[in-house]
Amino acid sequence: MSVASAKQSGNTSTRREFLQAWTLGAAALSSGRAISGSAGAWELRPSASPGKSADQSRVVIARDPLLRGSGSSLDSDRLLKLLDRAVMSFYDCDSPEEAWKKVVRPGECVGLKTNCLAGRGASTTVKLVEVVTERLQQAGITNIVVWDRLNSDLESAGFRIGSVRPGVQFIGNDTAGYEDQLSIHGSVGSLLARTLTRTCDAVISLPVLKDHGIAGMTFALKNFFGAIHNPNKYHLTLGDPYVADVNMLPPIRQKVRLHIGDATAVQYEGGPSYMPQWSWRFNGLVVGTDAVALDTVGWQMIDEKRAQEGMKSLAASSREPKYIATAADPEHRLGTNDPRRIERLEVGNTGIEQVKLPNKAVRSLKTQRLDF
Amino acid sequence: MRAAAATLPCLAGCGLASAAPSSLGLPLLLPASDPDAQFTIEARYYEKLEHKKIKCKLCPRECVIDDRERGYCGARENRGGTYYTLVHSRVATAHIDPIEKKPLFHFLPGTAAFSIATAGCNVNCKFCQNWEISQVRPEQVRSTYMPPRDLAALAKQYQCPSIAYTYSEPVIFYEYVTDSADAGHAQNVRSVVISGGYIQQEPLKKWCHNVDAIKIDLKSFSEKFYKEVVKGELKPVLETLVTIRRQGTWTEIVYLVIPTLNDSDAEFKAAAQWVKANLGPDVPVHFTRFHPEYLLTNLPDTPVESLERAKAIADAEGLHYVYVGNVPGHPAQNTYCPKCRRIVVERQGYTIGEIHLKKGKCGFCGQMIPGIWT
Repeated sequence: MSVASAKQSGNTSTRREFLQAWTLGAAALSSGRAISGSAGAWELRPSASPGKSADQSRVVIARDPLLRGSGSSLDSDRLLKLLDRAVMSFYDCDSPEEAWKKVVRPGECVGLKTNCLAGRGASTTVKLVEVVTERLQQAGITNIVVWDRLNSDLESAGFRIGSVRPGVQFIGNDTAGYEDQLSIHGSVGSLLARTLTRTCDAVISLPVLKDHGIAGMTFALKNFFGAIHNPNKYHLTLGDPYVADVNMLPPIRQKVRLHIGDATAVQYEGGPSYMPQWSWRFNGLVVGTDAVALDTVGWQMIDEKRAQEGMKSLAASSREPKYIATAADPEHRLGTNDPRRIERLEVGNTGIEQVKLPNKAVRSLKTQRLDF
Repeated sequence: MRAAAATLPCLAGCGLASAAPSSLGLPLLLPASDPDAQFTIEARYYEKLEHKKIKCKLCPRECVIDDRERGYCGARENRGGTYYTLVHSRVATAHIDPIEKKPLFHFLPGTAAFSIATAGCNVNCKFCQNWEISQVRPEQVRSTYMPPRDLAALAKQYQCPSIAYTYSEPVIFYEYVTDSADAGHAQNVRSVVISGGYIQQEPLKKWCHNVDAIKIDLKSFSEKFYKEVVKGELKPVLETLVTIRRQGTWTEIVYLVIPTLNDSDAEFKAAAQWVKANLGPDVPVHFTRFHPEYLLTNLPDTPVESLERAKAIADAEGLHYVYVGNVPGHPAQNTYCPKCRRIVVERQGYTIGEIHLKKGKCGFCGQMIPGIWT
């Protein structure tokens, strides 16, 4: 389905259409820029929220309670619309086409960094990759690489390594290989995946929001453990400061353009493995360019769900993901974990709700729930 | 990953070179690897937990590992609640080295050791000389399938009286070591383990009855150093040394001296005093020279004077066999009789000169010189 046809058929709401149904804070949304940089190399910076100070980071949470229809599998059409709403909201655009132009440029090779370690149920969903791929191709991208650590991980999540699809290849780091020279920052010394360093001009990260038994949680920042050869060395002390240090490595800082967090199913306990009894059908996507802000919001979501289920918070379970604060500290400056500087937009089927985060410790925040 | 330029000799069916640390000896050509399944057997020391998790009981780290995840070593994986080693018979590098290179100075001097390693390690020393195999996962280096009986047969074929499990960390290929040691003994080939000693007591005790010598790297005498530079712990390593000694297995100690990090007089003295008090004066201690590698490239080579200072302190504390290592031609590479002070084993680098030993005793004065000499 093309963007144009989607508009004509009415299957995709324009931002203007769903803003009409929105009453709170719409006037605050204007023309934010999420990416800055020269033509040669774009470096991702925390997104500026329109109408607010430049150091605000926007995080969009888009949900669709009917994402699975009456069954258990995702509805691709609805997922595409959900993606459109999320990306358009994030970039303040009236069409997906316009929004994606802010992410990629025709002719670039774009990598989609998935998280497939846990296999089906707790990995980046194939359908999310399909709809992102569709929009990228409509934006003029003819070379897309879907990648993660191992071919077997990709396969276990449902991707077919040998499948022939024009302009799209699936490859594990075990096949593409790693650089020979160490990349070093702080506590980390790793060989980076060649797919990241050599193949891709830009990367869109598709992390999965999950509880993590060792690191507390995994989402946007930790997804790049899949870009190094030795992630097993960096789970000590809840991954702190290792997760932050990995994200300081220049190719990650320079090439990651957007995070589209897969929150269609959120593993709120028992992760990173797939544990169906603790898998929450959130039916949503979490989008932003500030990985620290995404993780901050993701942490809130997990803790809120845990509280709802009568479980201890991650901190109370001695699994506070401290690496998030480290990523935001003056030595890293990878983004913000300050609730006052995170503009959290919640996007439903009909509109956007801007949630003002109280100025408290992050773990005590309560999400304003949406009524569909 | 880097692969070393391979030379000879060539093993049967060779086609690809093994990954080989540049500092090592004679590299061997190895055949290409087969699918991973042949390297995978159930691990011997772990505990099953609820929700398909497991706790590894091989090393003191005791990793709790979710399904489909690996431990810190990267060489063991939880698959559906059962824990597997991925490196049994999975040889990433093989060389024929002088036994002196391990170093073991009191174990069959002048002989060759058929030296092998798999990928992986349970610590992450910033100064690792062999990080290209120790700090990678098994699938990230080329390996060859070399089951225990074949390994023992190759050692015998190349006239090596011992197999050395070395270069990376034998603890993480524990099952392969124990099976190979048994296979070696059946073919009259001995086994020596070159380890950091970060292992739990139960598997260690089995090793003590199964291998012929264990060399331990005592990387410093400071918990802080172990935590920050090694990513391990000192206390379990000291317990390992005591256990090896109590079990009667031959052991020697290497202390790699790193400028500014573990080279103080106080630390040398504390280490020497502990060795004498807990292991006795006859355990050989090698103070060896550091060369900048891996994540510690900002420090210089260890000055020879630092090694000599360490030796002097250990000598003064009453240790009988204190060596200076990685300094070819240094007189402290010889073995001296602690009674008459004459040279009983002469060394020039890895080359053995005259040996004056008779049935394990000094050829001049008859003093017993501890070790495994024949």
